[in-house]
Amino acid sequence: MADALRAYGLIVAMWVRSTMAYRASFALTTIGNFAATAFDFVTILLMFSHVDALGGYSLPEVAFLYGTTSTAFGLADLLMGSMDRLGRRVRDGTLDTLLVRPVPVLVQVAADRFALRRLGRITQGLLVLTYALVTLDIEWTVTKAAMLALMPLCGAAIFASVFVAGAAFQFFAQDAAEVQSSFTYGGNTLLQYPPSIFAKDLVRGVTFVVPLAFVNWVPSLYVLGREDPIGLPDWFALLPPVVAAGCLGLAALAWRAGLRSYRSTGN
Amino acid sequence: MRLYAVVAAGGFRRYATYRVATAAGVFTNTVFGFILAYTYIALWDERPQLGGYDQSQALTYVWLGQALLMTCAMMGGGFEDELIERIRTGDIAIDLYRPADLQLWWLAGDLGRAAFHLLGRGIVPMVLGALAFDLALPVSPLTWVAFLVSVALGVVVSFAVRFLVALSAFWLMDGTGVMQMCWLVGLFFSGMLLPLNLFPGLLGDVARALPWSSLLQVPADVFLGTHTGWDLVRAYAFQGGWALVLLAAGRALQSVATRRVVVQGG
Repeated sequence: MADALRAYGLIVAMWVRSTMAYRASFALTTIGNFAATAFDFVTILLMFSHVDALGGYSLPEVAFLYGTTSTAFGLADLLMGSMDRLGRRVRDGTLDTLLVRPVPVLVQVAADRFALRRLGRITQGLLVLTYALVTLDIEWTVTKAAMLALMPLCGAAIFASVFVAGAAFQFFAQDAAEVQSSFTYGGNTLLQYPPSIFAKDLVRGVTFVVPLAFVNWVPSLYVLGREDPIGLPDWFALLPPVVAAGCLGLAALAWRAGLRSYRSTGN
Repeated sequence: MRLYAVVAAGGFRRYATYRVATAAGVFTNTVFGFILAYTYIALWDERPQLGGYDQSQALTYVWLGQALLMTCAMMGGGFEDELIERIRTGDIAIDLYRPADLQLWWLAGDLGRAAFHLLGRGIVPMVLGALAFDLALPVSPLTWVAFLVSVALGVVVSFAVRFLVALSAFWLMDGTGVMQMCWLVGLFFSGMLLPLNLFPGLLGDVARALPWSSLLQVPADVFLGTHTGWDLVRAYAFQGGWALVLLAAGRALQSVATRRVVVQGG
């Protein structure tokens, strides 16, 4: 494990050095990454120029949801976002090179072309979250504070599991990279809005099937003191760390199954 | 003319080859369609008739957006990556001595791509959306025809913008930054994130006058029956006007750019 992390760190450092060779390009793409995600929030602001509440949630509350999921997703995207390139590597046979190196394949794929510009998304998420925390009137308790601190970490772990599971799926269907986008980018978009506006079956689906709701919905409802639309008991709010650990475990199993079934294209 | 028809057919076939990718894309479009549809329902529940749409028109707008996202290449994609790569590597020199016009060649290919994306990526999400929600589908076949014309004009405008972006590689060599800016602006000002008639005041006026509104807002309004009679002619004139201006600009830039090409022997 320590070796794997060290290898990850080395590959990341290499890509960061190579990125820094073109500082202007790095600055521009980071700003671009920031702006790209900022447009999402501008859309929400435009919506709130017409209404005072969306599904019963005020702008600061939606900003809270937005900030928590963006930060969590941004972290996962930074650390594991390169996983969706796996299909391409399987197709052109460059995965074989990774197999013969004495470093776990998962580490190599995850760190491949590490994109520091993705800090732009995290920064934007943190800014929106700060705005939400400043404007919201929350009665803080130790539990709530702990939940807030854990949200980006557990959320990032859940999103990272989706990235890994999606990549494992690409061993079987190389061109299906877009399917995982609907759970990663789509999930991130979904979680930016209050759960009360979505169909209950959809909310149940992202709670019990693909547990994205634990990224921010479930703990946020507790922090914000909001009713759960599908009537989950309060103690569910304490589950994100458990769910995150479970997701990581399942993703690891999926990755093994995928890697084991890999047959080189031969070249 | 026959040559360009062949190129267009090639563009169509090229994208039709990747069936799994198409299915995956349809899946993603549908997921995003559902997410957006629920946010719009919440919005229109608060403010019925927002932006002059009723709720079912707003939902129709969502699914049109998903259906046209790839067709009008609102997030970029398609030929420009390839053209930029050819400019960077110098392969563009080969394109220039072909007995075909550079701009028309890529336009034909992109039209073929758009036709495939309309059929392959457009129909299924729209049908699924219509099954799940109450959509305002046009009754008159004429409206459907008028819509398709508007989409075709939108594709040409989209092409013309991306052609300009791709040509910037003659000066910048690396098109990544400009392309990123291009799809960002395209996504926002096409009305993909929110219909442009919900943009307030001056921002709304500017957004509706920019070429990107031809990509989604105008075709969607034609589909929803907002533009009829002379209004429809005006909408076409708007799209056609931008198409001509941008294509002409592309042509001008192309002639300046090709003077920069130095073919190294080898």
